[in-house]
Amino acid sequence: MNLAEGVQIVSFGILGLMMIGTALGVVLLPKIVHSAFLLAGVFVSISGLYILLNADFVAAAQILVYVGAVSVLILFAIMLVNKQEEYAELPGRKIRKIATAVVCFGLFALLGTMVLATPWSLDTTSIAVEDTTVALGEHFFSDYLLPFELASVLLLMAMVGAIILARRDLIPESLVSKDTVSTKLTLPERPRELASLSSDRDK
Amino acid sequence: MQLEYFLLLAAALFCIGIYGLITSRNAVRVLMSIELMLNAVNLNLAGFSNYLDPANIRGQVFTVFVITVAAAEAAVGLAIVLAIYRNRNTIDMEQFNLLKW
Repeated sequence: MNLAEGVQIVSFGILGLMMIGTALGVVLLPKIVHSAFLLAGVFVSISGLYILLNADFVAAAQILVYVGAVSVLILFAIMLVNKQEEYAELPGRKIRKIATAVVCFGLFALLGTMVLATPWSLDTTSIAVEDTTVALGEHFFSDYLLPFELASVLLLMAMVGAIILARRDLIPESLVSKDTVSTKLTLPERPRELASLSSDRDK
Repeated sequence: MQLEYFLLLAAALFCIGIYGLITSRNAVRVLMSIELMLNAVNLNLAGFSNYLDPANIRGQVFTVFVITVAAAEAAVGLAIVLAIYRNRNTIDMEQFNLLKW
């Protein structure tokens, strides 16, 4: 990092304030769409902090994966389950919120004292890696090869699992009505009208 | 710049994530809080990688793995929320009692 110390501290302050503010917005705002957009703000500011930490490849991956994919995925989920429902009031909910806030503050105090009290063995002698992308690639294809391959298998399993979980129900053969036109491309799943009928019947 | 600043920031983000995870009633917001917590852990790992292990940046390797797992988790979690919404017609966390005694 060849920025001046003052520039680094100022940008750290701005990014940190932005991150904490948007994170509080994600948790506290009443409208879920606003929190989804603020979540993208959290991801962008964390990516800036990665750049301050000399992690340029990770910053780019953060922008690509989180801002580009996860935020859009969450927005799609909000649009798909867009239900303006009034939550029924539950007894003791306020007390639970206050207790949770107290516990979270306590956890933060504990972590803060731990961070400040630990004598970190800072490594100031060895020179930093110039090109982190090359270094990461060497790690991935030498000593972290097995986790790397397992991660690709995990992504495949997550993709298949998400498709299976999110598609509509299968129907048994006996219930398939004859009048539905079935081509080679027809999926063996319940048509939309049948699905809505059965969910009406369940009520 | 010091390591402690980044660690304190990550701790604050983690605590905000826990608060949201426990108190929010919208299932999608719970998933967002989990993303916040995973990002706090990533910030910790990147900080350790820069200040304690700058010669061979193992922390960044783990950060990339956590990003991968978080993406998979988000996809599967949102699919589960969608399936539950289709069955129960609600996304209120207080009414998801399918596995509760």
